[in-house]
Amino acid sequence: MNPIISGASVIAAGLAIGLAAIGPGIGQGTAAAQAVEGLARQPEAEGKIRGTLLLSLAFMESLTIYGLVVALCLLFANPFTGG
Amino acid sequence: MFFSLAAVEVGTHLYWEFAGLTVHGQVLLVTWLVIAIILTIAVLGTLNLEQVPKGLQNFVESVFEYVSGIAKDQIGEYEYRPWVPFVGTLFLFIFVANWLGALVPWKLITLPEGELAAPTNDINTTVALSLLTSISYFYGGFKAKGLGFFARYISPTPIFLPINILEDFTKPLSLSFRLFGNILADEIVVSVLCLLVPLFVPLPVMVLGIFASSVQALVFSTLSAAYIGESIE
Repeated sequence: MNPIISGASVIAAGLAIGLAAIGPGIGQGTAAAQAVEGLARQPEAEGKIRGTLLLSLAFMESLTIYGLVVALCLLFANPFTGG
Repeated sequence: MFFSLAAVEVGTHLYWEFAGLTVHGQVLLVTWLVIAIILTIAVLGTLNLEQVPKGLQNFVESVFEYVSGIAKDQIGEYEYRPWVPFVGTLFLFIFVANWLGALVPWKLITLPEGELAAPTNDINTTVALSLLTSISYFYGGFKAKGLGFFARYISPTPIFLPINILEDFTKPLSLSFRLFGNILADEIVVSVLCLLVPLFVPLPVMVLGIFASSVQALVFSTLSAAYIGESIE
């Protein structure tokens, strides 16, 4: 196994998750802030707001998860180190 | 002993040779268990139906109302009924599979190779589920509109044609990767925490994992219903 490829893969796996977490982090913060604002304005809509918020948080989270899948591929199923 | 409980195994499988094909045995075993559990509850809950439901029938009825609510919210009041079995099956299978993987201490059962876990942490299961979604929204679209179904590729303008074609590939890709990544990530986080601190500290993460896996089942079935509703609308 080529050590340069291994090292580069590990660094790339770290970067993949780190970079993929930035955007969804900002997005989730914005969504949660808006949900709290909506709750403060209209406390009786709590159930609906909570359901929608959880669903949209899951969607944003999945963007980070794509980065995670790439990182897992690099770490456990790297196509470049074999052979 | 704790270290053997928390060994992280990714990419090792119990291979079965079956008619020239190689299948992942540990995934099939847990999948059969999931199917058996759902079937048992469904059959027992509907054995002697009563006008006033009680006990298991009550539970099964509320589950049915929940999953038909998912389909109704996304597909619409008039067309949702034929799609309730599909959406409900997706939700129940993913939900029971995720919870079985999170709640049952599979590490106590040792296999010759690989380990038992939720079937949804194998990419083959999730890709199969999301391809089923693709097939059913094409089927629903063709059934509802015939060849007029293709009009959606050039809507709103023909400039969107490549994007609309690409969307047919990104839908199953994102569906399968989302479910697979979430479940596998949860198991890896729990395993790594168990490796670092074997007692008590992984508990909150496990609870979070149970919550997240039920949300993922909801997300997968909601999105499938939304894709179907979008194509038959």
